[in-house]
Amino acid sequence: MTDPQLTPVLEKVSAGVRLDAADALALYHSHDIIGIGHLADSVRRKRHGNKAFFVYNQHVNYTNVCVNHCRFCAFSRRKGEDGGYVMTVDDVAEKLMARIDEPIREIHMVGGINPDLPFSYYLDLMKTIRTIRPDATIKAFTAVEIDHLSRISGLSLEDTIQILKDAGLAMLPGGGAEVMSTRVHDALFPRKIGHERWLEVMAKIHEAGLTTNATMLYGHIETIEERVEHLLLLRTLQDKTHGFTAFIPLAFHSGNTRLSHLPATTAHDDLKAVAIARLVLDNFDHIKAYWVMIGEKLAQIALNFGADDLDGTIIDEKITHMAGATSSKGLTRERLEDMIRSGGFEPVKRDSFYQAVGA
Amino acid sequence: MDMLKDIQFKLERHERLDAQDALALYDHADLLMLGTLANKRRWELHPEPVVTYVSDRNINYTNVCISGCQFCAFFRPPGHPEGYVIDRADLDRKIEETLSLGGTQILLQGGMNPDLHLDYYIDLLTYMKSRFKIHIHGFSPSEIVYLSQISSLSVKETIQKLMAAGLDSIPGGGAEILSDDIRQKISPNKCSVAQWLDVMRVAHGLGLKSSATMMFGHIETKHQIIEHMMKLRDLQDETHGFTAFIPWTFQPENTRITVKPATAAAYLRVLAISRLVLDNIPNLQVSWVTQGDKIAQLALAFGANDFGSTMIEENVVAAAGVNFRLPRSEIVRLIEDAGYTAHQRDCFYHVLD
Repeated sequence: MTDPQLTPVLEKVSAGVRLDAADALALYHSHDIIGIGHLADSVRRKRHGNKAFFVYNQHVNYTNVCVNHCRFCAFSRRKGEDGGYVMTVDDVAEKLMARIDEPIREIHMVGGINPDLPFSYYLDLMKTIRTIRPDATIKAFTAVEIDHLSRISGLSLEDTIQILKDAGLAMLPGGGAEVMSTRVHDALFPRKIGHERWLEVMAKIHEAGLTTNATMLYGHIETIEERVEHLLLLRTLQDKTHGFTAFIPLAFHSGNTRLSHLPATTAHDDLKAVAIARLVLDNFDHIKAYWVMIGEKLAQIALNFGADDLDGTIIDEKITHMAGATSSKGLTRERLEDMIRSGGFEPVKRDSFYQAVGA
Repeated sequence: MDMLKDIQFKLERHERLDAQDALALYDHADLLMLGTLANKRRWELHPEPVVTYVSDRNINYTNVCISGCQFCAFFRPPGHPEGYVIDRADLDRKIEETLSLGGTQILLQGGMNPDLHLDYYIDLLTYMKSRFKIHIHGFSPSEIVYLSQISSLSVKETIQKLMAAGLDSIPGGGAEILSDDIRQKISPNKCSVAQWLDVMRVAHGLGLKSSATMMFGHIETKHQIIEHMMKLRDLQDETHGFTAFIPWTFQPENTRITVKPATAAAYLRVLAISRLVLDNIPNLQVSWVTQGDKIAQLALAFGANDFGSTMIEENVVAAAGVNFRLPRSEIVRLIEDAGYTAHQRDCFYHVLD
């Protein structure tokens, strides 16, 4: 640690004392990236030793038609706009069957808020997944979609969740919160639910016995204070419900969005997001680095800065092709495991509940 | 680990690390410990929170080459339809563009082309110097050894003639790994270790400065990596002519060496160890060309104090399918975001702005 401003933080971490907003801000303002890394790494090692988890999953984005039209989003299309699509249940089945020979343990399914899709469509999707991949965990719908579903189902939020659970929903991904700040909400995603509702929905999900992830989209217009506030809100809810499994900082990419003038996040931004989350979210088991957004190289290094879990699309390439770059479809499992080992960690293939699974 | 504690004490007392120490660091020190040690050494050598960069362009006057190195995706054999020798109009345009972008030097390198003799080089340098006020950082030891052989001149005479025509400094390329064992396998037609070192010794003796490089992550061993650093250190003790060390990882695509590309962790480890071992080479440069902008920025905390070049043009690594580009504004942004002040420098690491 070379930054004297961080000495109080170091003392707290060594004594196992919870960090507060001032500590988090001091960490964010510091340029002592190695010192910050050391702190986060010490916490990571205590929890997970040198394990680096990854899950072999498949993504399904059932529609990109969305009424929310968030300013940071390059994915959504308005109804009728060119490039808009809705997957039928058969389309989803086909997509799953295309990779049926791969050891996929988790289906990650999210999509836009498309007002033309009835509640029955969502239940049909789940049924299809359960039929084709009975052993995979269905990790589907952000709190934003759950809120929407509770309105179109005609049922209470609790009953909606129960029906989804009965249909096979086992986990929620962590998206939709972006940055939990009214200012950012009103500026970037005014049509989407705000953080109070997001937290409320997540609390109900946790009460129903489902676990979820949590994310933060950083690197756009948010301030450092807002990033810290976001972490503290998550921590407070976690103290109550213990339902969050992993936190994933998501580096904002501005291309093709209405914020395309904003520069990309830097390595310092990305590693601080991981490290400071590890230090502040003392009640979250896992911190994930998402290589699709920060790149493979930095994701590997993030393992030393507090991350114990890696996420991104994995492909099981049958042709071993050693010098290949990451294909547009994903990272080969072999390359991912090499990357983890070369970083000095032990790769652990896991299920959605962080149990190690075999080949 | 006791050995690591001993090494830390040595570093605190500014004692020189030996090969065994370097190996212990390589095998046992974790990444953040290496970063801490290398970062400390960086601040001792450069107490100001400054990171320098140079604005230059890599002009490859020819891609025709008889060396045929296994790791190279850029060369074309003589007679190949994609072989070229740069024409004067192109050269003029490139240099003009460089100057208009605030560039201060041309890194001039090319293949060992059997059609080009010493007079070509002298003409080229004379031409460039007569038309443009620009620093020429040119030719690797491999090109100089080749030239001296085909001209039947000594290395010293060859360099003297090049200097007289306008050569201002020599880049540290062609080093790859300074082990003849390795060179026999990956670049048998290029200069040997002794020849590479000799060119630098002679050049430094004539008053030319140079950088030194290392390309690793192919078939070399960790012992050879460390040996490479020791050889540079020994020569530097004699001549004090190296301004900087630049290690980078081999990029396998489109080459004849099939290996998995070395990871960012491997790069940062070697970078940090080089900062600790090369106690007599003042500057350590990041390789954003091979590592990308994010790892390059992070590398500033692993011992490096220089961001390299804005590379208005770069063709050699790009031929291996790796083409990151960083304009000056982005380099400055990354440096400042990491907490330093960015300064443009010249070839001798003097600040210009």
